[in-house]
Amino acid sequence: MSAISVSGLRMHYGGVEAVRGVDLTIEEGEVFALLGPNGAGKTTIVEILEGYRKRTAGDVDVLGFDPERNERAFKERIGIVLQESSVERELTVAETIETYGRYYPERLETGELIDIVGLGEKADARVKTLSGGQKRRLEVALGIVGNPDLVFLDEPTTGFDPAARRQAWGMIRNLRQLGKTILLTTHYMDEAQNLADRLAVIDRGKIVAEGTPDTIGGRRSAGTTIRFDARGLPVDAIPLNHVAVAEGIVEVSTEDPTRDLHVLTAWAVAGGHTLEDLTVTRPSLEDVYLELTDEGTEG
Amino acid sequence: MRALRDETSSIVTDRATMTRPNSLRRPSAPALLLHQTRYESRIFWRTPISAFFTVIFPLMIFVVFALVFGNEEIEELGINTAQFYAPALAVFSAVSATYTNIAISTTYQRDQGILKRARGTPLPSWIFLGGKIAAAIAVAIIGTVVMLAVGAVFFGVQLYADSIIPLVLTFFVGVAAFGALGLLLAAIAPNGNAATAIAQATLLPLAFISGVFIVPGENTPDWLNALANFFPLKHFAEPFTAAFSPIGDHGVHWADLGYMAVWGVVALALAIRWFKWEPSTGTSTPRRRSKAAATAA
Repeated sequence: MSAISVSGLRMHYGGVEAVRGVDLTIEEGEVFALLGPNGAGKTTIVEILEGYRKRTAGDVDVLGFDPERNERAFKERIGIVLQESSVERELTVAETIETYGRYYPERLETGELIDIVGLGEKADARVKTLSGGQKRRLEVALGIVGNPDLVFLDEPTTGFDPAARRQAWGMIRNLRQLGKTILLTTHYMDEAQNLADRLAVIDRGKIVAEGTPDTIGGRRSAGTTIRFDARGLPVDAIPLNHVAVAEGIVEVSTEDPTRDLHVLTAWAVAGGHTLEDLTVTRPSLEDVYLELTDEGTEG
Repeated sequence: MRALRDETSSIVTDRATMTRPNSLRRPSAPALLLHQTRYESRIFWRTPISAFFTVIFPLMIFVVFALVFGNEEIEELGINTAQFYAPALAVFSAVSATYTNIAISTTYQRDQGILKRARGTPLPSWIFLGGKIAAAIAVAIIGTVVMLAVGAVFFGVQLYADSIIPLVLTFFVGVAAFGALGLLLAAIAPNGNAATAIAQATLLPLAFISGVFIVPGENTPDWLNALANFFPLKHFAEPFTAAFSPIGDHGVHWADLGYMAVWGVVALALAIRWFKWEPSTGTSTPRRRSKAAATAA
């Protein structure tokens, strides 16, 4: 059974369409990333799924509930880590977790949870004394204190330094090991690549690509580039369509790299040529992302 | 990280037998309400500025008034200064604890996203807000009792046995109504700073014309009295101070209580209608986001 299934989701704010027809299915136990630039509609979609917003149109099913109805049984099974929110400054870490834990029929034990998020040494520290990364980890703890089946993480590492991000990623992998379905939004490609089983790229309120980090945007097959130094070679005799991209450097774009590479190397070996600096590259997730969202071509 | 991973795997294997204190049992509403009340109280008492302005500040005014006026008889009322100001400033303390405190703390919690977070948990909204009101009333009780006790011990303030029940009744109708008004202000104020300003700008002038800071005189213009009569503060202060007056009406002031109750019920209805759980500024509001979407498009 799917944890989340969405079809034809639309959201208008006044005259602006923030979400323009989104279909999405997320399976149980999956880590799914919504990747997109700021303002693409990621948070709007997530907040509809969390029950914060009423959609304009479309069907939404989250764990068998319609989130719009804000049922208590629904809230008992989800955990939310908001993009921007905070907790009371004057309470300690343990008190805060204890407070929120009380709301759920089933909950993780406070001490256990403090260890999971790595705040063991800060258990009795007031929240106001925590660093930004520690606060974020406390927020994640509050998101899972009710032992939810589904966790929403809205930009969990925005503003983190690289070390804190790595730690957060480790924590998210831990959540996955606990068997939880995770929907995370991010505008970091490496984050999606590192954490997600599947991801969807959102741009201007629409999903423009969906797949695994390896296959998204046709990464696996399309747009492979063969590149080598052609100086000293009979360029006109190269048996493939090619373009010169820099002084002496030649690139071949191919959709069938196995075959074209064979053609190329067979030609080189037969003619006694050496293909200096030969590389075969697929577009990185970043290339795919920039192409899909047009970010690379704007300002 | 290694330690973390080990933790996790042990949790995974123990998942079926993991200790679950309230295993699959939904916490009861009274238990949750008590829990929320404790939570809000703890936050209140750990924020010295709110505790100061609610409990200590009115007490200081009382002591200063009682000393400055030498605890002489107030001619208009025929009672001593302290006998009038102890209950009058107890009302001020109770209204600060409910109206001002709820309005300010709720809007700041909204500004910080705490209300939004609470909204995302299974905690029913009414229990969240009920806990705030209960905690505020507890503060009001403490402020009032401390004020009256200081008055009794140091300034000879007398409590009349025949007016205790009307006094308690007035107190609870009053704090309930002003608690509701605090929620209403929280609902309509855009942010914490605005709520603070509005709360002070409404309560202080009203306290001057409603017989809280100044003994009501006979030369007050009719229109000012009419204004004071319209707002609920006078209907709290008058029966409350009357209960301490040797020549006052020690019975239940039903008309005043009814009038406060109407204010309270209307305020509560409007507060529920207009209450917002999300901050009015910041990236997660519809307005900003639609702007961002418009820019992106």
